Amino acid sequence: MNAPALKNCLEPRWLRPLLIAVALLFLVVFILLPLVTIFSQALDVNLQDYLAAALGYEGATPELPPLFASLGDGASVYRAALDDAEVRAAIRLSLFTVLFCVPLNTFFGVMLAWAITKFDFRGKNLLISLIELPFAISPVIAGLIFILIFGASGWLNMVDLYTFADGRITKLLDADGNTVTLYKWLMAHDLKIVFAVPGIFLATLFVTFPFVARELIPLMQEMGKDDEEAALTLGASGWQLFFKVTLPNIKWGLLYGVILTSARAIGEFGAVAVVSGNVRGETTTMPLYIEILYGEYQFATAFAVASLLTLIALVTLVVKAAIEYVLKKQRTG
Amino acid sequence: MPNGTFRLRRNRSQLPGFGLTLGLSVAYMSLLILVPLGALVLFSMNLSPREFWRVVSDSRVLAAFRVSFGSTFLAATIDMFFGFVIAWVLARYRFFGKRLVDAIIDLPFAIPTAVTGIALATLFSPKGLVGGQLAALSAWINARFGVNVSLDIAFSGTGIVAALMFIGIPFIVRTVQPVLEELDKEVEEAASSLGANFHQIFLRVIFPSILPALLTGFALAFARGLGEYGSVIFISSNAPYESEIVPLLIVMKLGEFNYEGASAIGVSMLACSFLLLLAINFLQAFARNRRKA
Repeated sequence: MNAPALKNCLEPRWLRPLLIAVALLFLVVFILLPLVTIFSQALDVNLQDYLAAALGYEGATPELPPLFASLGDGASVYRAALDDAEVRAAIRLSLFTVLFCVPLNTFFGVMLAWAITKFDFRGKNLLISLIELPFAISPVIAGLIFILIFGASGWLNMVDLYTFADGRITKLLDADGNTVTLYKWLMAHDLKIVFAVPGIFLATLFVTFPFVARELIPLMQEMGKDDEEAALTLGASGWQLFFKVTLPNIKWGLLYGVILTSARAIGEFGAVAVVSGNVRGETTTMPLYIEILYGEYQFATAFAVASLLTLIALVTLVVKAAIEYVLKKQRTG
Repeated sequence: MPNGTFRLRRNRSQLPGFGLTLGLSVAYMSLLILVPLGALVLFSMNLSPREFWRVVSDSRVLAAFRVSFGSTFLAATIDMFFGFVIAWVLARYRFFGKRLVDAIIDLPFAIPTAVTGIALATLFSPKGLVGGQLAALSAWINARFGVNVSLDIAFSGTGIVAALMFIGIPFIVRTVQPVLEELDKEVEEAASSLGANFHQIFLRVIFPSILPALLTGFALAFARGLGEYGSVIFISSNAPYESEIVPLLIVMKLGEFNYEGASAIGVSMLACSFLLLLAINFLQAFARNRRKA
């Protein structure tokens, strides 16, 4: 890197350790300690009491309480938390959400990236900015819009259904002679959308839509379309073109986009909280169940579920670093 | 084939799949994103302009907007300082654990907001690792100097700022860091050989060239913080008029089945987000042109 330039840094000598210290202090308080808190709470290790005793605060116990003697208990608390039937149900629903949303958003994200990077058309820049829209708006609004469409006083309850009888089109009426709206019809057929699982899927699709396209577009722009055009003149079909020429070039970026989509789909809170209805064991995803547990002062269980999500986040970061390393190597070598 | 030549000229590309990929993906985007957002705007139009105004000018709603804008602004400003220092340190110095620091900066992007919320609330509560020290410190100050200081972070307005600082920091670092790395060291060295001291070089050479990136990062952190819900509601006391944020108010209106009220507040927030998005695009274009020139 720019090692020789580093030697003649122009700033005063004392500035450098000071800046490093400020940066590290911020990171310790805002990144490291929250991580420590999550895992120590999940394993039921009371670091604060230990610290208070070690530093000799007033009111703290005179001798150090055992820090790790309880770790065996902590592990059993952790196991018990993850054995809970409702925790299991929450994990299952979160996984189903990922299985539903990630393939759909990956498929359409790849198509969008292909259309944007391989062709020129009017309105392309507008389309690129529209992709980012779900990131720009509050997740609560992402939930709100689906309630306004599918909820009890939403748009679907303003649409009357019609029926074709006696050669005429008439309004569909129920047994009491009231008009039947699309919403009522769906409810009568047990097809709940919001405050049920489909709403959770929809809200998650909305908030995770940009990830794949956003990772792929810069990557595919950089690669250009020479490879594909060469393959085309050699007689490759459209599918061969994509799977044999494009995909090998973009696979790492695509993988990262898929991982980001999955991580957000598992962890989304705001949008899902609005549409879920919080039926325990049925419409609670992992983050929603954390909120319920925390509200009921079941901290160890709440943090046990939170620690699983944290592990997923940490894996995401490791994968990101690895993929960046691979891409850098690809570019230079 | 006149039709074929027309197509070729329009796309300037012989690659297949233009209509298919663009058509399908735009249709999907419209169904999933544009139509629902349109439905929100249309729904708020069920209210007359006067009713709309009554909803958004309600004193509790205005207080929530004040809390949201105020704490987000404060958090993004503090982040601008720390984010700059972190980006500077990462771009210019080598130290033990730098790789780890560089990777872990993105944690707020990757970790679910509910997890952030309960972790920060516990950390900064009087029983937590940081909150406990602060409580002890304020007790000590009280005993020593007889001054009553409150250093409580969790369950107060300060907690909102702390949560938003966590959420916003990677935006600043990740926009400023690449610009600092690209900065031409020769310009600095030339300025130095002409007798400029570090103070002058920083203010006249370095700072102007990273200012657009710094402002972009600020706007990104601000936009994200304004809409943030999950991490804030756990650490805030959520007291009406004091520490209630706008997204929480939307959720509460929905809980009362006041869809019109929720849609009116939602549309106002949407308008704020659009303005911020415009500002960000403008800043990014400005920064790009500047770097090219």
